[in-house]
Amino acid sequence: MYTTDLSGKGKGKAEAAVAEDPALVAAFEARVANDEFIEPKDWMPEAYRKTLVRQMSQHAHSEIVGMLPEGNWITRAPNLRRKAILLAKVQDEAGHGLYLYSAAETLGTSRDEMTEALLSGKAKYSTIFNYPTLTWADIGAIGWLVDGAAIMNQVPLQRTSYGPYARAMVRICKEESFHQRQGYEIMMHLAAGTEAQKRMAQDALNRWWWPSLMMFGPPDDKSPNTEQSMRWRIKRDTNDELRQKFVDITVPQAEAIGLTVPDAALKWNEERGAYDFGDVDWEEFYAVVKGEGPVAKERMQARVKAWEDGAWVRDAARVHAEKRAAAKLAAE
Amino acid sequence: MDAIATYALRLGDDSLILGQRLGEWCGHAPALEVDLSLANVALDQIGQATHFLNLAGALEGEGRDGDKLAFHRDVMDFTNCLLVEQPNGDFAQTIARLFLFAHYQELLFTALTASKDARLAAIAAKAVKETAYHATLVSDWVVRLGDGTEESRARMIAGLDWMWRFVDELFVMDEVDAAAIEAGVGVDKSALRGAWDQRIDAVLADATLERPAARRPVLGGRSGRHSEHLGHLLSEMQFLQRAYPGATW
Ligand SMILES: [Fe+2]
Ligand SMILES: [Fe+2]
Ligand SMILES: [Fe+2]
Repeated sequence: MYTTDLSGKGKGKAEAAVAEDPALVAAFEARVANDEFIEPKDWMPEAYRKTLVRQMSQHAHSEIVGMLPEGNWITRAPNLRRKAILLAKVQDEAGHGLYLYSAAETLGTSRDEMTEALLSGKAKYSTIFNYPTLTWADIGAIGWLVDGAAIMNQVPLQRTSYGPYARAMVRICKEESFHQRQGYEIMMHLAAGTEAQKRMAQDALNRWWWPSLMMFGPPDDKSPNTEQSMRWRIKRDTNDELRQKFVDITVPQAEAIGLTVPDAALKWNEERGAYDFGDVDWEEFYAVVKGEGPVAKERMQARVKAWEDGAWVRDAARVHAEKRAAAKLAAE
Repeated sequence: MDAIATYALRLGDDSLILGQRLGEWCGHAPALEVDLSLANVALDQIGQATHFLNLAGALEGEGRDGDKLAFHRDVMDFTNCLLVEQPNGDFAQTIARLFLFAHYQELLFTALTASKDARLAAIAAKAVKETAYHATLVSDWVVRLGDGTEESRARMIAGLDWMWRFVDELFVMDEVDAAAIEAGVGVDKSALRGAWDQRIDAVLADATLERPAARRPVLGGRSGRHSEHLGHLLSEMQFLQRAYPGATW
């Protein structure tokens, strides 16, 4: 997931060193347990602040890096309507990145610092965006599966404990459901199209299915921070619960348009009232987290290039604003 | 295609090609806010193109719609001005192109709202609001870059220098324009030049930039004589429609 904890081992050292007033901590914990929102000026434990900055900036980075695989098809969209929808969608993702950076800035970390962390490879972003978009059907698959998975994770975050994050999520979720629908609609259209289009759609599902399941993060027994994040209402369901929910909702959608989910172990379990499904290749997941995704280098290269090529533009805007401010001051 | 259909086609082609070019920036702009605004302009242009091209197809009456026109013509049948097909270059070059074009487009659409063709007038009435915003947005960037750093100034000058030879074509009148004016449908573009010059000069002055020296104009876009760049743009844009003939999307 965009918000899954992808950080490495060894966290918590710095946090443990800070002694915090137990009364403040207790009051904080009680407010959170009571489902109250924590606002920027409120006291909060340092570990809560750090976890939130990491999660929110990772989410923001995911929105921004996520523009690249879809942006790859804007110039090649098959008709004017699809081109306009895709442009609008990718523009929405830029907007999501912007709200999330702003929300994260309320915790005292600047957008430039967060960007720096992304470009240096220190900060993570969702593993899903390190896979390539090879055909037009991938645009359908991303909207349907990736935005679909994002919604599943983000709807509960509308009630997350940190106020600015929760409010950003409310705005974002509305747009994500439009993204999911347009993606599914592309797939539906392809699946009902020519043989070549059907093949394209099935191939996209084959390639995006497992990476989409990986978006929910490692299995619960390998997700050590889940318990604390759940207590802090930064996370509201476990990785495995969300993954199951995603499978249960998505499999019938695939069947409805005549596509086959690429999992031989997939089977409805009457007793559980849920699908049993095969094992995710966690070795691949951890490799992608480490930066070994198929197009991870291309994604980072594109972000670094945009940032470096744009430096003179940002400088010009800053210098111009300073000149105008100085001129205004001189005139007063 | 008769003159009125061709008239709509030209308007559509200008918007389409500019929208396509701006779409190339998506995800790669100098800042997040710039990415948002360039995508916004691209989206408006693609929307305008859709309306104008659908109208051109309807006026032609041979069953072609906007998609057919956008995705199934070759270079020599495209009627956009040469300015909009110019490569993005660096950000300053992109800004120079949009600057020269957006002011033209705003003046043109303003006049076009008085067209006797109610459909053209209606498209122009909606589009003129969009294009007025584009003109303001891009003029602000010309000022920032012109009166920013040494580097941004040099790049802005180079961007304008690249684009300037395509300015005159915007205002050239031919038999299509004459027929459209005769029918009360079209706009006298040559009459827009004075207002355009004033707007451009005012912004350049604010940007502490000189107006580029007059030069020999490069013409031909309206009659299908394009730059080398357009063929590449089309081969990318039309790829799926070409690779999968007869499929719908
Ligand atoms: Fe998202
Ligand atoms: Fe998003
Ligand atoms: Fe989305």
